Amino acid sequence: MSNWIPLWLHKLGSPPTFYRFAGALRPWAMALALLFGAIALYGGLVLAPADYQQGDAYRIIFIHVPSAWMSMFIYAVMGVAAFIALVWRLKLAEVVAMESAPIGAAFTFITLVTGSLWGKPMWGTWWTWDARLTSELVLLFLYLGVIGLYHAFEDRRQGARAAAFLAIIGIINVPIVHFSVNWWNTLHQGSTINVFGQSKISWDMLWPLLSMMLATKFYYIASLFSRVRTDLLALEGGKDWVRKIAESEARQ
Amino acid sequence: MSALQTFFAESGNAAAFFKMGGYAAYVWPAYAVFFIVLIVDSIAPRLRRRRVLRELRARIARQSSRQDRAASNPIITPPSL
Repeated sequence: MSNWIPLWLHKLGSPPTFYRFAGALRPWAMALALLFGAIALYGGLVLAPADYQQGDAYRIIFIHVPSAWMSMFIYAVMGVAAFIALVWRLKLAEVVAMESAPIGAAFTFITLVTGSLWGKPMWGTWWTWDARLTSELVLLFLYLGVIGLYHAFEDRRQGARAAAFLAIIGIINVPIVHFSVNWWNTLHQGSTINVFGQSKISWDMLWPLLSMMLATKFYYIASLFSRVRTDLLALEGGKDWVRKIAESEARQ
Repeated sequence: MSALQTFFAESGNAAAFFKMGGYAAYVWPAYAVFFIVLIVDSIAPRLRRRRVLRELRARIARQSSRQDRAASNPIITPPSL
């Protein structure tokens, strides 16, 4: 076997190459996010029927559940990138881990607020200290902790290593969030979508949900690439390739 | 059905759509939060990118002006900052 794949990965890990790569892919990811998002909104808000028990209030599911998935998915990506950053000292992995944190925090915040807005009419309360809600709130605090620790150090790379350590320890919370509805008695309903079996939802409601899931995944790619590019410019400010970009954008 | 009837039927549907079966006060704020948070999240790196590049250009300009002064006045070197 030729070794062009590891070679290509090695090149992709270099900041100027990744900067160009991310710049080329970012608009496509954003376009796909908007496309799948628009399809999901039309399917979820207009085409899908009202729920027989919850009426139209259930339509919050189309943003609440994809955001909740993203809050855990982004944490997992951040944890893996943080591990790579600590073990192999790869600058790009540090940047990916640190720039995932604000996006993950945004989705976790959306999950908590939309859940609260859904909880009030259905459960009669904005908030309750049960396992699912509390573990999701802990997830938000973990994201904020990673962001805060990263910025608490004068030296950016030292801060990234400290925050990466916290990110890895916090991974323990991701399965707790996911399985909390099975492990404890909670007000929150169980999983609706089952990857390995029959989902407890009709197809009219399922496809907009899956479309929004794709939209949020593509949005994450677009936002992450935009943030990583900016961070690479800031980190590599003294290097030649960044100076060329700074000068060429001044002339525009 | 006359055009007027169609209009009323459709505007009735639109009103029903915005009422969300009586849950408008919960559904629409939820969607608003979703979009506002994501719009802020996608604008933030763009603003930061502009600031980073502006600061970098200022640094390059300072360095080149210092080099020019050093070249035109080789005996009195400016103090290094």
